[in-house]
Amino acid sequence: MSDPTPLSSGSKPDKARFVIALALAVLAAVIGWEAWRLAQIPSYSSVGPAAFPTLIAIGLGLLAIANAVEAMKGVEEERPRDEIRPIFWVLAGLVGQIVLLPFLGFSIATGWLFAATAKGFGRGPIWAHFLAGAAICFVIYLIFAKGLQLSLPAGPLERLI
Amino acid sequence: MDTFGALAQGLMVALQPMNLVFAFFGVMLGTAVGVLPGIGPALTVALLLPITFKLDPAGSLIMFAGIYYGGMYGGSTASILLNTPGESSSIVTALEGNKMARAGRGGPALATAAIGSFVAGTIATIGLALIAPTVVDIAISFGPEDYFALMILAFTTVSAAFGSSVTRGLTSLFIGLSLGLVGIDLQSGQARVSFGVPDLLDGVEVTTLAVALFAIGETLSVAAAGSRAEEVIEPVKGSVFMNKEDWKRSWWPWIRGTFLGFPIGAMPAGGAEIPTFLSYALEKRLCKKPDEFGNGAIEGVAGPEAANNAAAAGVLVPLLTLGLPTSATAAIMLAGFQQYGMNPGPLLFATNPDLVWGLIASLFIANIMLLILNLPLVGMWVRLLAIPRPWLYGGILVFATLGTLGANPSLVELGMLLIFGLLGYVLRRYDYPIAPVVVGLILGPLAEQQLRRALAISVGDPLVLFQSPVALTLYALAALALFGPLLFFLITGRKAPVGGDED
Repeated sequence: MSDPTPLSSGSKPDKARFVIALALAVLAAVIGWEAWRLAQIPSYSSVGPAAFPTLIAIGLGLLAIANAVEAMKGVEEERPRDEIRPIFWVLAGLVGQIVLLPFLGFSIATGWLFAATAKGFGRGPIWAHFLAGAAICFVIYLIFAKGLQLSLPAGPLERLI
Repeated sequence: MDTFGALAQGLMVALQPMNLVFAFFGVMLGTAVGVLPGIGPALTVALLLPITFKLDPAGSLIMFAGIYYGGMYGGSTASILLNTPGESSSIVTALEGNKMARAGRGGPALATAAIGSFVAGTIATIGLALIAPTVVDIAISFGPEDYFALMILAFTTVSAAFGSSVTRGLTSLFIGLSLGLVGIDLQSGQARVSFGVPDLLDGVEVTTLAVALFAIGETLSVAAAGSRAEEVIEPVKGSVFMNKEDWKRSWWPWIRGTFLGFPIGAMPAGGAEIPTFLSYALEKRLCKKPDEFGNGAIEGVAGPEAANNAAAAGVLVPLLTLGLPTSATAAIMLAGFQQYGMNPGPLLFATNPDLVWGLIASLFIANIMLLILNLPLVGMWVRLLAIPRPWLYGGILVFATLGTLGANPSLVELGMLLIFGLLGYVLRRYDYPIAPVVVGLILGPLAEQQLRRALAISVGDPLVLFQSPVALTLYALAALALFGPLLFFLITGRKAPVGGDED
């Protein structure tokens, strides 16, 4: 996205980008530590497995500083507020699928994902979407697991066939 | 073998009935995902990778290329009728195209976009066929240090071309490079950044990352936008046929757009967005009725659409000849080649000429199919826009998790999908580009390989990296890409036009 508005100097520092800068610094530290660990292991080639991670760690460190500097300049553009509830529903769908998958199989777990996502976008009722979603996913299971031989997790529903 | 002989041979491959079916399926799917908001060609190819694993390589790659071209056609339909570009390189098309649709001239706008895409796609594909062998001849003499320099150039251009600032682009790139470190180092056998998790030893799957960033990240950010993202679909009014004046006003913009788009796409400079901005600016300056610009000038649709498609073909030049992806879709297509144990680059032209030339020839066929599909059937594609969004995004997530499970049925993989999805949301939210993350993940390990190879030959002397004239030229271009926007700002006092993101 192009950003036509000039940097508005003097406004409040951008908190979110400070957090991103901090996260980059942590990532730099983790990879730097990993590079240090790898450098301790004797290697036969002139350039060992630690060289590239070292470069990346340095780059991440510099970018953490650059992001922090840009954050200091202030918020470039007022970001519209994001709604939390829809995000919560979509995430609940994804987490629920991971939890349900080992016990109930692909169709039921993915049916829940469909229902929760639809709910996040404001379409209910959740049980009707769950039933429809599970039915569609069962058909998908038949096509992909039987037809294309993908190994999808089976549950009580899938074992019926 | 000369180019035309090779191309004729390729045409024989592309015209095999099975490959025609693959091409048709690809362009249908590509147009559909181009029209639909929220999914683009990169995501679609990523989703199809695990499913096509067992299919014929030539057929699958022809299908991927069809999706890529189809996405470009479909994207223009969405921008003209919906004012929400289906993918980023159609942003400019929306400016004039949607104005035309509101003024009841949606038909001619769609027609000039489709025919312009056809003209540009055909000329640019000829360009691709003519240029590719030359680039291959040059590339064959490249040493590892030159390849390393080439990848540095790709890194800088991808980071500078996408996103709203170079810092943001580089940040995304380094996130991708960090993810590329995960797994067992092939040369020393050491596990890196894996923290003892066995699932991480194989590294981060490109498909998982791409699907998460594009599908999950996009779904989260659209969901979070809630009601503020409501859209109005303009019905197609008027004939889809252009009148004489429309033709006269479209012809030159098509040609100019093509010659802007193809070279920019073909240089390892990344992205189909920049030429669309340039073409728009050029047509605005050349137009005899400049006051029409902003109110639906047909030149403002014809030029950028041609530039967009020409650049899309141009991107295939570095991808096929050098193995260098400069857009997210190209990066995923590279992963598609790797899935079949092939590495695009000069050697592929020697070892697999049928496949490469079949792919290039199939692009001509895809273009013809797209023209036929898009003009008379535009009404059918428009109906896709009427799918309720809860179902659309619910379906996208179902297929996203299906693709991931199909590639690797493990819960850790799904967990990674979730985490990278959140990453994608955060990047979108704070205006960091997505494409450099994917390119970093794919090119990072390749760059490291070339770097270590170069240094192994020189017995650890880092100066070898700066001794070849090819490498030095490439570094100079890379520096230009990084600091070019800054120079532009200093000279003109305006921010350089930057591309959007995604495909």
